[in-house]
Formats: sequence, structure tokens, C-alpha cells
Amino acid sequence: MRRLGLAAAAALLALGIGAADARTVRWSASGDPNTMDPHSQNLGTVTMVLQQIYDPLIHRNADLTLRPGLALSWTQVEPNRWRFVLRQGVKFHEGEDFTADDVVFSITRALQPTSNYGIFVDSVDRAEKVDDFTVDVITKRPDPILPNKFASVYIMSKSWSERHNATRPQNTRQREEMHTVRATNGTGAFRLASREPDVRTVLRRNDAWFGWNEPGQTPGNVTEIVYRPIGSDATRIAALLSGEVDFVLDPPLQDLTRLRNAGNIRVLEGPEVRTIFLAMDVNRDELLYSDVRGRNPLKDLRVRQALYHAIDIQAIHRTTMRGQSIVTGTFFPPQVNGYTEAEDVRLPYDPARARALLAEAGFPNGFGVTLDCPNNRYINDEQICQAIAAMWTRVGVRTSVKAQPLGPFFAQIQRDDTSIYLLGWGVPTLDALYSFQSLLATRNGAQGDGIWNYGRYSNPRMDALVERMKTQSGEARMEAIREALRIYREDVPHIPLHHQMIPWAMRNNITIPHAANNQPYFRWMVVN
Amino acid sequence: MPAFIISRVLQALPVMLAVALISFAMFAYVGDPVAIMLGQDYTQAQRDALIRDLGLDQPFFVQFGTFLLNAVQGEFGLSYRLSRPVIELIAERAPATLELALTAAFLALLVGVPMGIYTGLYRNSWLSRFFLTFSLIGVSLPTFLIGILLILCFSVWLGWLPSFGRGDTVQLGWWSTGFLTASGLKALILPSITLGLFQMTLIMRLVRAEMLEVLRTDYIKFARARGLTNRAVNFGHALKNTLVPVITITGLQLGAIIAFAIVTETVFQWPGMGLLFIQSVGAADIPVMAAYLILIAALFVTINLIVDLLYFAVDPRLRVGGAKGH
Repeated sequence: MRRLGLAAAAALLALGIGAADARTVRWSASGDPNTMDPHSQNLGTVTMVLQQIYDPLIHRNADLTLRPGLALSWTQVEPNRWRFVLRQGVKFHEGEDFTADDVVFSITRALQPTSNYGIFVDSVDRAEKVDDFTVDVITKRPDPILPNKFASVYIMSKSWSERHNATRPQNTRQREEMHTVRATNGTGAFRLASREPDVRTVLRRNDAWFGWNEPGQTPGNVTEIVYRPIGSDATRIAALLSGEVDFVLDPPLQDLTRLRNAGNIRVLEGPEVRTIFLAMDVNRDELLYSDVRGRNPLKDLRVRQALYHAIDIQAIHRTTMRGQSIVTGTFFPPQVNGYTEAEDVRLPYDPARARALLAEAGFPNGFGVTLDCPNNRYINDEQICQAIAAMWTRVGVRTSVKAQPLGPFFAQIQRDDTSIYLLGWGVPTLDALYSFQSLLATRNGAQGDGIWNYGRYSNPRMDALVERMKTQSGEARMEAIREALRIYREDVPHIPLHHQMIPWAMRNNITIPHAANNQPYFRWMVVN
Repeated sequence: MPAFIISRVLQALPVMLAVALISFAMFAYVGDPVAIMLGQDYTQAQRDALIRDLGLDQPFFVQFGTFLLNAVQGEFGLSYRLSRPVIELIAERAPATLELALTAAFLALLVGVPMGIYTGLYRNSWLSRFFLTFSLIGVSLPTFLIGILLILCFSVWLGWLPSFGRGDTVQLGWWSTGFLTASGLKALILPSITLGLFQMTLIMRLVRAEMLEVLRTDYIKFARARGLTNRAVNFGHALKNTLVPVITITGLQLGAIIAFAIVTETVFQWPGMGLLFIQSVGAADIPVMAAYLILIAALFVTINLIVDLLYFAVDPRLRVGGAKGH
């Protein structure tokens, strides 16, 4: 028995992990991932767990720049062909060797209609194996930002998926539960040890992960991650204060001061790649929710400018957001490729100018309108709407706020059943095209074009520029983005407000790099 | 007796049907499951295909009919949110809710009845006044506030009890129990107090009022005149006759405890059916919501039936009268 113990200890030492090194981090956030399938649901709550388990071909650093993942290099060998050279000697958690077959399989799987990750492979026609460690991706059109998108496409084992009858992403419409809903087999830094949905998810360190010894980022020392969702804000913070939880991904703003004063808690703040703005119905001839009959005031640029001038964004920044926002005049933050500082300029707060513009447009007495707003989707969303309604009412635009939970809110605006609405937009590809295409392109039935453009803004020049962004590269593409940003600023299809800040709260003995995509990278977390 | 049970079950059917219909009609207003399932990026064709596959393009009564037909066979479909069978999800969560509700009800009875008796017998003692004042808190403070206050006191300040979750559980067949581990029992304390406090004060006030009523009646006076001990009078005669309404209320409240455990479960992240329901509402997960509401309706109906049957056991008048059918 004793010999066995010694042998085990020796084995542990040989592996470089001793009992003294066991470091568990207990982590909480409000929502639980609703699946473990890596190509099914493109949601932050799903990704925050899956990205610990699965590797993409290309990883991101904490500052969101790209770094080699399962691919060591990638080049656009022809306009429509990207070549990936793969890492050798990598094994999946269940022991399968990682090869080109797995990459071809995973990309094909992400292309299936039941996948929710279509946006990341929208330009892909097919993937081809060149040899065991080289894969070519053939695109339907030249795609300059394919590597950015592939940083979100996770690689599964082909043989494992086939063995478990999971060659397609999980599909709720099927009347059976798929293996991948609860089981995983990745190559990543952590493996899934146990999972009870909505209660507890446990991950253990994968010592064989290739990234532990890569240069560039200090590797973490976490050996076990215990994730337990807590829906109630007050309880989540209480659990952090009482020491039952070490790390909270989404502390509510009103508790930050208290947490900072707690002594043993650290609050880490950083910008998020998500911009909050107001969009307006600029299509109908008469607004659905307004007291103006026979015409749509929002079609008049002067009215849109007046609403813009009437917003005291600094007051919202200071009071509503308690300083936790970055005021902006455009609709994506500096981390996104294409951001141009010169176009990030707001119309100044000027109520007198707002009144003058309204009078000029034929509304000296203003008008009444309803502002649609979610009340549980973005940070202080309803309060922002309340503040803006008061500011608009002051210049004569009598605004009533209709705040709803995200379910009914999104159902309503997706029927174009709104006059003005508040929306927040994140950019997972970190490229401007994603925002322009979804929010400002004319909706024409094509994948992605204008699918979140519920004000139905339509500008032929903008559409032409979006087409150029899809195919061109280099300076010509940047030129198109800059022009589109200028149109955005001058034509006021939206009233931009701010980029969200995301605070993370943790116990003092933890360090982790803050990432603007709100993804905690536990591989770089150090627990002292 | 069998005739009585059958008639009650037959009465229950329209109730269940009405609940199903109302809950189903409500789903039109909770949001669009399709939008939530599709996420940020989709084409109109994908959207149409999903709507067709889920049967959401059919008329309301066809959808409702299909749902009923499946429900009768115990088939509630797959959760939109978790892609797992609804029955399985509810079966997983039911033990947590039932253990919490039973503990809370037990606690309410165990503390509420003696307090009620005491305040009924010693109306003017300072302890009675304290109990009555204290019970006002239970009646007037909303559940979530009580829960948060308890968490603040016992988890954050004192650090004695966990603020969330169920602790470690032991699997007995399909039933997961928290009764057998120390952390499971500790985790049960705060939520069960939160959930049971209102019922406790209710029971206390009910017992007190009934005791006061009964103690004034002639047969108590006669009992005292016969020289019976206080103990025999108070417990043998008075208390026994206060029990009928107490049983009714406790029974009905047990249903309420299970159904309204939603708030307590949300505050304490208690992994029960109520929390499942709230999460499902957020995701417009219609299959889970429908199954839950029907289940709760069935539960109320069953509890009412059991309460009616208990009357027979407690109240001899019913046994005689019931046989004659009034």
C-alpha cells in the first residue's frame, strides 16, 4: 500500500502536479450554457465554457489579437483559398490524434444548417485535406477576414463524433437528445469533468495542452474550475463576499463600489466590444407609435439630428452608467478592425439647436413617440431609455418608454414593429463588416444582410460599400469602411450612445487578463 | 367513498384543461422562441424552416390539440433551451423543490402550532405579544427580501451558512436528496425558513384564533367543571377541535409552497422546478413552461383531494353525513 502511495507520488511529481499545487477556482455568472455542442449556439454563456475545452485553429490573445492555435500558420495562397498548416502531436482529451481530417470534419459540421455558427463560415465553400497536417479552405468569394472568423470555430474529433452519432450540430427540432449536448472531447486547456446543467460544471486541467509552454502569455496555474450559475444579482455578490465564490463574471454596476470597499475583492474593468445605440424607423410613411399623422418625422435628417443634439450623453455616462461606459459617436469600438478615430465624433449636446432643428423640420411643438427598450439585456438598459425620454421631452419630443424583458422585446422589434428602439451590438468577428452588414445594409434575404436593421435604413451607397467590404482587401477595403463610417456619422441612421464597460469581480488572490469579448481565459489565470 | 373520489377527479379534469388552455394562450406573449433559438445570424429561409419544424405556423387550436394529445401520453417534447426531454428535466428538479417545500411546511407546522397554542392560552403574556409582533414581519415582508436579509446575516456577516445552491446531494435511484449530507442540510436551512415563514405565521394566527374560539365554548367549560386537568382540556378537547381548519389551510398551503417556491428558489439559486420555470420564461421555452404549469395544476387538484379525504378521518360528522349524501 505504502509503495503504491510512493509510486503514485512519484508519478505525480513526474507529471509536475503535486497535491500542494491543486488550485481550484470557483466561478459564477448569471446564466448557464444551454449546450456543450461547439457548433450549436453562438452565445456568450456557451462560449465562456466551451472555449476552455475546445481549441479553434487560431487563438486570440487577451488583447484579442490572433495567435496560433491548432494551426501554426495560415496564408491566403489564392484569392479564394486559405491554407492552414496544422500543429502536430496534439491529442484530444479522450486520446484521439488530431489530424487534418478533424479540421475538415469540424468546418463541414459548422456549415450544417443546424449550426448557429454560420456567420463564422459564411464565406466558406468547403474544406479540403491536402495532407495529414495541411488543410485548404476554399471560399465562395475572397474573404480577407477569414482568420478572424476562424478564431471562433472549434475543432472536434471526427472519429469521436461519428462514434457518438453527432456528426451534425445538435438540433432541438429532433425528438432526441444528442451526445454533444452534455459531453465534450476537445484538445483545450481544460476538460469537462462533470456537468449538471444549471447547477454545476466542473473542468479539470489538461496537462497535455500544447499552449502551457507557448511564449507570449504567462500560463495559468488553475487545476480545477467549478462553475455554478447564480441568477439573482444579490445572491451572486453575497456568495463572492462570503467567500463561496472566487470569481464573478458579471457583477451588477450598483454593487461595484461596495465590492471595491470590501477589502479582499478586486474589481477589474475594461471595455467590451459592444456598442449601445438607438435606431429609428426611417422607412414607413407614418410611424406606428407616434401622434404625427400622415408623415414620418424620423425620415427627416433634421429631426434625427435634433434627437441626437438633445441627448446629454455625459449625464448618462456619469449618472446612469456611474462612469462605466465609453461615450462614442460611432457604432463599434476601437478593438474592431476598421475603427477610425476621425469618424468617432458626436453631435454635441445642444438642446437649443435641437429645438431649432425641430422647428425647421415643421415640428415647432415637437411630437410624441414611443421608445422601445429591453430591461434585462444590456447594462442599465431601461434606465438609459428613461433618461433619454426625459431629455427628449425637454426639447418637445414627448417620449414614452416601453420597457420589456428581452424575450418579448426582441420578438417585437424583429417584426419591424417599432418606431425607435435601443439595441446593443457586439462584434464577434472583430471586423467592421459584421456591424455594417447586419445593421445598415438593406435587407434583401441574403445571409446576414440587414437582418438586424429593424428601422429598415436603406442607402444604395452604403450597400455598395458593404459589398466592397465583403470582397476587397487592404487599403481599398479600409477606404470603403472609412466612407461608410462617414455616411453613418452624417446620415444619422442611428443615435450612438456608448460602448459598454465590463467589470469582473474576483478575490484578491486571483489575477487574470481582462478580455474585451467578455471571455475569461482561465488558461492565463493565476491563483496565489 | 370511491364515488366521492371519482366525482372529484371528474371535477378536476375541466380545471386541468382550463389551465392548459390559459397557459398555452399566454405563451403568445412571452416572446418568440424562434428568435432566441436562432441567435444573431440567420436567413429568412432558416427562420421559416425552424418555425415549420416546431409547428408554430399552425393555427392555435391545432397546436393546442397536438400538445394535449402528446401531454396525455406523457410526452411533453424537448426543451427549446436545453435540448433535453422536458419530463427528464422536471424529474431531475422535482426532488429539490419537494424536499425544500416539505421541510418548509414541516418547519411551519412544528413552530407555528405550538406558538399558536401558546398565544391562544396566554393571551396577555409578553412572549405572546412578542410572537404576534414577530409574526407581523412574516406576513408583511416579501419573500425575496427575507431571503436576502437572511443571506446577508448568516452568509456574508456571520459566514455560518451557504448563500446559494443545494450543497452535496446523494443519489437514491432517480431521487437526489440533500438530507444525507452535512452540506446539504446546511444549505436547506435558509431557504426553508424563507419559504416557510409566511406559512408559519399564518398557521400560528389560525391556531390562535381557533383556540380562542373553542376555549369560549360550553363543552370546554363543562370539561373544566368535570375537574379535568388543564392539559387534558387544552390538548384533548380544545386543540383537537381546532385542527379541521388547520388541516385545510396547511394542505392548501403545501400546494402554494411548492408553486410559489419560485421566488425562494430564484433568490437561493435552488436547483428546483421553480428556478427551471423562471429560466424557461426567460428563454420562451414553451414546452417546459406548459409542462410545469400543468404539473402544478395537477398537484393542487391532488392536494385538495387528499385534504377532503383527511376530513373524513378527522371529523366524525362528515363520515355520517357524507354517507347519506347530505
